[in-house]
Amino acid sequence: MSMLSLIVFLPLAGAIVLAAMPTIGPAVARWAWVAVSAVELVLVGVLWVGYEDPGQNALAYEQQVPWIPGVNSSYHVGVDGLSLPLVAMTTIVFLACAVYALRQPDRPRIQAALFLFLQGVSLGVFVAADLILFFVFFDLSIVGMYFVIAGWGHGNAARSALKFFLYTFLGSLALLLGFIGLYVAAAPHTFDIPELVAATPLDDSPLTGGLVLAAIVVGLAVKTPTVPFHTWLPPAHTDAPATGSAVLAAVLLKMGTYGFVRIAMPMLPEAWRSWAWAIVAIGIVSVLYGAFVALAQTDLKRMVAYTSVNHMGYIVLALGAAGLVAEGAEQARSVAVTGAVVQMVSHGLITAALFLLAGVMQDRAGTYDMGSYGGLAGPAPRYAALFAVGAFASLGLPGFSGFIAEFQIFAGSIAVAPVTAIALPGILVTAALFLRALQQVFTGPTEGRSPGFADLRVRELWSVGPLLALSVLIGVLPRVLLEVIEPASAALVSLVGR
Amino acid sequence: MTGAEGALLAMVLLPGSMGAALALTRRWERVATPIAVATAGLTTALAAVVALARPALSAPFLAGADFALEVDALAALTAPMIAAVAFLVLVFAAGSIRESRARFHGLMLIFSAAALVTASAASIPALLFAWEVMGATSYALIGFWWREPRRVSAGLTAFLTTRTADLGLYVAAGAALAGGAGMALSDLPAATDPWRHVVAAGIMVAALGKAAQLPFSFWLSGAMQGPSPVSALLHSAAMVAMGGFLLLRVEPLLAATGWAGPVAAWLGMLTAVLMGIVALAQRELKQLLAASTVAQLGFVVLAAGVGAVSGGAAHLVAHASTKALLFLAAGAWLTAWGTEDLARLRGVGRRWRVVGVCASVGALALAGIAPLSLWATKDAVLAAALEASPWLYAAGLLASALSAAYAGKALWAIWRRGDGAGVRAGGTGQVGALEQAPLVVLAAGAAGLVVLALPPLSRALAQTLGGHGEVSAVELALSAVIAAAVLLLLLRLRAPEPRWAREWLGLERIAHAVVVRPSLSLAHALARFDDHVLDRTVMAAAGAVPVLARIAARADDRILDGGVDATAHAADVTGQLAARVDDDGVDRGVEILAGRVRRLGHLARIPQTGAIHQYFLQAVAVLTIGVVAWFVYAVMG
Repeated sequence: MSMLSLIVFLPLAGAIVLAAMPTIGPAVARWAWVAVSAVELVLVGVLWVGYEDPGQNALAYEQQVPWIPGVNSSYHVGVDGLSLPLVAMTTIVFLACAVYALRQPDRPRIQAALFLFLQGVSLGVFVAADLILFFVFFDLSIVGMYFVIAGWGHGNAARSALKFFLYTFLGSLALLLGFIGLYVAAAPHTFDIPELVAATPLDDSPLTGGLVLAAIVVGLAVKTPTVPFHTWLPPAHTDAPATGSAVLAAVLLKMGTYGFVRIAMPMLPEAWRSWAWAIVAIGIVSVLYGAFVALAQTDLKRMVAYTSVNHMGYIVLALGAAGLVAEGAEQARSVAVTGAVVQMVSHGLITAALFLLAGVMQDRAGTYDMGSYGGLAGPAPRYAALFAVGAFASLGLPGFSGFIAEFQIFAGSIAVAPVTAIALPGILVTAALFLRALQQVFTGPTEGRSPGFADLRVRELWSVGPLLALSVLIGVLPRVLLEVIEPASAALVSLVGR
Repeated sequence: MTGAEGALLAMVLLPGSMGAALALTRRWERVATPIAVATAGLTTALAAVVALARPALSAPFLAGADFALEVDALAALTAPMIAAVAFLVLVFAAGSIRESRARFHGLMLIFSAAALVTASAASIPALLFAWEVMGATSYALIGFWWREPRRVSAGLTAFLTTRTADLGLYVAAGAALAGGAGMALSDLPAATDPWRHVVAAGIMVAALGKAAQLPFSFWLSGAMQGPSPVSALLHSAAMVAMGGFLLLRVEPLLAATGWAGPVAAWLGMLTAVLMGIVALAQRELKQLLAASTVAQLGFVVLAAGVGAVSGGAAHLVAHASTKALLFLAAGAWLTAWGTEDLARLRGVGRRWRVVGVCASVGALALAGIAPLSLWATKDAVLAAALEASPWLYAAGLLASALSAAYAGKALWAIWRRGDGAGVRAGGTGQVGALEQAPLVVLAAGAAGLVVLALPPLSRALAQTLGGHGEVSAVELALSAVIAAAVLLLLLRLRAPEPRWAREWLGLERIAHAVVVRPSLSLAHALARFDDHVLDRTVMAAAGAVPVLARIAARADDRILDGGVDATAHAADVTGQLAARVDDDGVDRGVEILAGRVRRLGHLARIPQTGAIHQYFLQAVAVLTIGVVAWFVYAVMG
């Protein structure tokens, strides 16, 4: 068994064991979850250390086993500079959730099993090198998240979970349609990702290529989500448990954006270039719309949810700009793509931290309504400090990963298409909304539900702290991450330019 | 890495890391002050070392954009000034900040690290990095007393206003990337057109925002809500000053565009004159000082616009010392006397002589009185302005006169004998030694830094930085006379305090009306749209599914199922029909056929008689029929 398969199937095996053995006690289940996630992190660390850039349209740690030979679909996995950072971010976020849930009293064994299942299938999406495999993991993640929200959520959880499931499932069907389009167009028919990238089957048929791209983009846009397909996100976040929200925002949303760089751009370069302006427009609208709607929210979790729309908008914007092929703009387009991939990692770390912190609020005082708090920095100084750090990280302050992402996204995009500068107010509005939230919740006289609010406990500190520390690490020493991403984004830019 | 490069790295990392450690841990509350003062002292020494050694450092950061620091002549002048003022301010704060010391000192150290990076930044990423960290720490420092909402609001206004301007740097970065010259600040003038103009415009907007030049000035008024040591560092030596500094840094770029220089020069002068009037109209000491900071930075911006970099840099450094001194004195009085209202500060200079004398040196320097520092540094800038345009020079003289006027207003207020003066509620009635010592050092700077603008040092500076090495004696004398005359005039005259000037030209109101409120309205409108239109459309579409399903179910019941029923019925009927057909038709047919066959068989048996002659006759008959048939066939052809 290769390293990647071990990484994917270890948590799945853990999930089966936990689910199948009712005799496992709550404490054992919780610590087993932490242990498996920790082993995963170690394995991914080994993967990272041994990683060498495989070159254009090639994968490292590759493994291929026949699976459904009738349709040329195989169990094919591998990583490159676009997926390895996401694999690492996923394992880190899941470990943080495991630590966070160490005191969670509600059916810990089943919850641990469910999260390990989710971890396995999420990692599967990022390492899949076959469209059917990708699709299977993609859909299984939706199923897993449905049960997380419906089973451990609060408020209107059942309804939000159903909305999430149906909406994203419908999106995945559009995606499947696109995949079948690619399969049919390829000669010989195949679902293998590197083969399809090499073949670019629809390069000569603009109409079919456009339709297949439309199906794939709609499918991914629902998952990402971009405006106007985002309305499932706020209720899902609001009613999901803290760990569920963290995984949903950090990992599941990235499956959408990852699909763009793994599938849509390299397999349909001609169509991507033709429709690049439309993609840029979707990105700009998502950035501004997400930011402004977030500014109007009074519920903390809804606010953070809308900032996700804004942050995903930057990614879409940059990837669209990467499709605007112009003389001598190679470097700028590559910078934009690098920024987009950094943003995927950065948003994962920071937003997971913010959602876990929001969970503390629900835990202590039972509401996310920001107006119900005031002067919370008094009784909970550590909580206030960590939240402030998370907020500044999210608004793209230098010193945090978000700056590395957004600076490159904007520098690259503006260099290719100056009009993208109209999305810049997005970073201003996010600054405004986070500072307003900080002011409302944490400063002023201690009132509302703030008095008696218990400060962060050790497990909460140890789940959120490392996420933000990593964001600082990337923000101060970005080469650690960029050395992996930059060759891959240069390769992607040249694939799109074909 | 050489020793000098190590010193540069340490100058930045030491305050940065110590500051982060202090800001995040509460255990060091008791030792925070000594740690911070020691760190700042060491940083000052390191700054002095790098100012002499002039090292440069560069580390790969982003693709094609290194994180580059370089101590050139301008940084060699600015960095020690920032470090020294930070050190002196922290010494002062040791005596005045009594709560949350770790947080305060931590943030101050992070801020000074960011300011030092800004001063030595040689590439856009390094600059923007430090630039925005300065903004964020200033937010936290202005809102330091977070229990009072108005102070936090002031911090928010400061951060958002300066960040609005900072967007210019993001645009500049994109344009630099497109312009092909790279992200090194010194290479920017080589960017191709039109990108060079975009880079210049972007940087200029960012610099004007930080320097609180028009129309961004209002944020500095609110920023006075912060503790006085914060104002002394952020709003004199760094942050605001770094806005002016950045324009000096990119002066070659401004000059290369052709238009950016004059625009900067005129904006600087407009700010200096208007904010001079605003300063003169203020009734609170810190507000007066804040407006005067903006006005004085106008001279630095002018310097960058007319290429007088050496004069601008000298003015920047001398002003930092002067203004830090005045802010600290104002802070000392605020703590001791419980007020910063100029009318109630009457005679405060007599109560604490050291503070009073030091502050007076500062005020006289600010007024442009010879031979104190700002007198000569300002003229070094104005000399270049005169070459550019006499009108610019005239505006500069007007701004100088206004400086003398507002400085005089403050100066006379603290020395005038008054009734009702004394310690107010909330005042401690004390100014400690730790608070007085830094004032003496700063006063020496305010007076002595005049050497920067006088030969021989001014010539050396002008040679390395660009600008005027010498200023004509006539100009120097003219400005000294104007300053002295206006200062004396203020002894007699009451300063005009029109409302528009007292309220900082209503700029904040305008910003609220033009930017803030429309943005919030837009946000709420979009949120309503999101909930009521977009989400409802999706839900309606989803809701249509059950409706469709019901219709389908009904169709299923009525049409499909009915169809099936009908078909079944029809089949039944058909079956019965078929049975009947079967019985009546087919069966009977079969029977009739059988009967016929039987009869045929019967008939066929008739010729079988057994008599030979009858068989023979039958054979002849068949043969005859055959012959006839053949004949007919042959004839018919």
